Amino acid sequence: MMIISKLFSAGKKLDAKERIAFSIFSFFLPLLIWSLISYVPFIWHPKVEVSVPGDVSYFKEGLLIDREVFDREVETAIKNSKSIPMGVPANPVYLPAPHEVATAMFSAFTTEPKRRNEKWLHESLWDSIQVIFWGFLISSLFGVPLGILAGTYDVFAKLFEPFIEFFRYLPAPAFGALAVAVLGIYDAPKIAIIFIGTFFQQVLVISNTTRKLDPALLEAAMTLGAKRISLLFRVVVPGIITHLYKDLRLLLGWAWTYLIVAELIGTSSGITWFITQQARYKNFDNVFAAIIIIGIIGLTTDLILAAAGRRIFPWEKNQAQA
Amino acid sequence: MNHLELPSYLDQSDMVKDRFNRMKKRPVTLQVKNLCKEFDTPQGKVTALKNINFETYKREFVCVIGPSGCGKSTLIRILAGLETHSSGDVLLDGETFSGPGPDRGMVFQGYTLFPWLTVKDNVMFGLEMSGHSKASCEEQAFQWIDLVGLSKFAKSYPHQLSGGMKQRVAIARALANQPRILLMDEPFGALDAQTRSKMQSYLHEIWKNIDVTILFITHDLDEAVYLADRVLVLKANPGEVQEVIEVPVPHPRSPDQLLNPEFLATRKRLEELIHPPVEDTGIKEDNLNMVRMVRVDSEVESVF
Repeated sequence: MMIISKLFSAGKKLDAKERIAFSIFSFFLPLLIWSLISYVPFIWHPKVEVSVPGDVSYFKEGLLIDREVFDREVETAIKNSKSIPMGVPANPVYLPAPHEVATAMFSAFTTEPKRRNEKWLHESLWDSIQVIFWGFLISSLFGVPLGILAGTYDVFAKLFEPFIEFFRYLPAPAFGALAVAVLGIYDAPKIAIIFIGTFFQQVLVISNTTRKLDPALLEAAMTLGAKRISLLFRVVVPGIITHLYKDLRLLLGWAWTYLIVAELIGTSSGITWFITQQARYKNFDNVFAAIIIIGIIGLTTDLILAAAGRRIFPWEKNQAQA
Repeated sequence: MNHLELPSYLDQSDMVKDRFNRMKKRPVTLQVKNLCKEFDTPQGKVTALKNINFETYKREFVCVIGPSGCGKSTLIRILAGLETHSSGDVLLDGETFSGPGPDRGMVFQGYTLFPWLTVKDNVMFGLEMSGHSKASCEEQAFQWIDLVGLSKFAKSYPHQLSGGMKQRVAIARALANQPRILLMDEPFGALDAQTRSKMQSYLHEIWKNIDVTILFITHDLDEAVYLADRVLVLKANPGEVQEVIEVPVPHPRSPDQLLNPEFLATRKRLEELIHPPVEDTGIKEDNLNMVRMVRVDSEVESVF
């Protein structure tokens, strides 16, 4: 009872040990479910992997077949007193077991590409990271200043925001064909898609953040003699920078979601190309490995940026994970 | 308190009278003439301030007091230049001004220190804005920080300070610009009683040693009497000057004077002005419809 009332007290923070425990558990839980489905034969397993074909003409060793069909063939075999096929319950090919994916995480990096012009996994990843980097950088170069201006001066807000508000509903992938027509088939249109996907949200999110700055700080600065430019650079920018930094971390996550679409247009490339290629070869363990690697890269970047943020902004009182 | 024989708040000892006479010969720092402020609201025009007239003399300490909604915050914000007035004139050393400026320092009720700057950098902010060199800024900043007794905390960030310390930094920051008038909008309103009275003594010490006129808004009657040379009493709807009271309590002030006859008489007068005796309107707000909610067998049957 004590534990329950302690864990479920609304708005209260858990102590350090419990927080770490639950954070680990949040990864452990999906892994547990995945393992149960993969390793416990009577959970799900809608297929049968044939181990002994018996007298069924189209059965071969290793064939994956629907359990219903297998059962029917077994019945027929018994009825006709023929050699009975045998098999073990299996999951569809698109759900590899955790250990297979874990192996693939290593082997995917060490397996040579099937064709000579294809890229290694690490090369594909590096391509993707570059596309994200440039797309996000260019978007931020324009989006951050515009957002701050729109958040500080109502005139800019009214000038930019209505159109951006409209434009952000246009799905970025819809510009794929246009981007290719204008920018060619290589990395440029992909960067453009990431830009379109990020930029408009970025302006709105940042202008909103800027508006949350305590107006009393601006007033205090004005009574101390701060005028327009210094008000912007000495008060607004430092006043919102910690929140701005958090916004950028969040937006960087969104940029990754546009990556997959971006890499499919023109000549497909990067991690998406790797994923589609491996899916075509039915190497679903590699597909899962690649998806998980994207997740790991994203989470690691964010953790590094969060740690860096705590160093850059020593006045940030709230040191808790955001 | 009523059964005590209090002198009139208008009675001044010779010393106090002499001081006021000398004070009124000083140059006028701030002059407010026929100041009006109207707001446009969805319900039509609302007059927040009507024909406000007063002046403060050089190095005078003036408190502004009034019931809530009397426009005392609006008044100080107009003086700071954070709001515009509808008509009338505000003159600082005989000149008009527009917008906020470093010649009128302001201390707000909320803590408005810049959280991203250390105490030293906060105090330096205004100096840097007025284009002093970095070295001279630092040197002056340290002087002001020393004045408010926070030298040890020069490198701390605001979130590491207590409420009282934050307001001391805010005072130092405003004074660093050497303003001609220091406007204070209920600066101690958020502090606990003990810190508050300590801050009042601090402020008096600072005021004695700095060449500055102070206009101080408060809703605390004791604070007004304790701090002020003169108290400007406003009334609400519309905000008008009700009376300007010359506080007969002699200087230097100390918390021991809180029970002096002059102090109590002034306080009583303020009380009358701000909370006038309510006429019997037939509505008895204080008589709540009380039903006894204590169990008969309660251990404590009566609180008396």
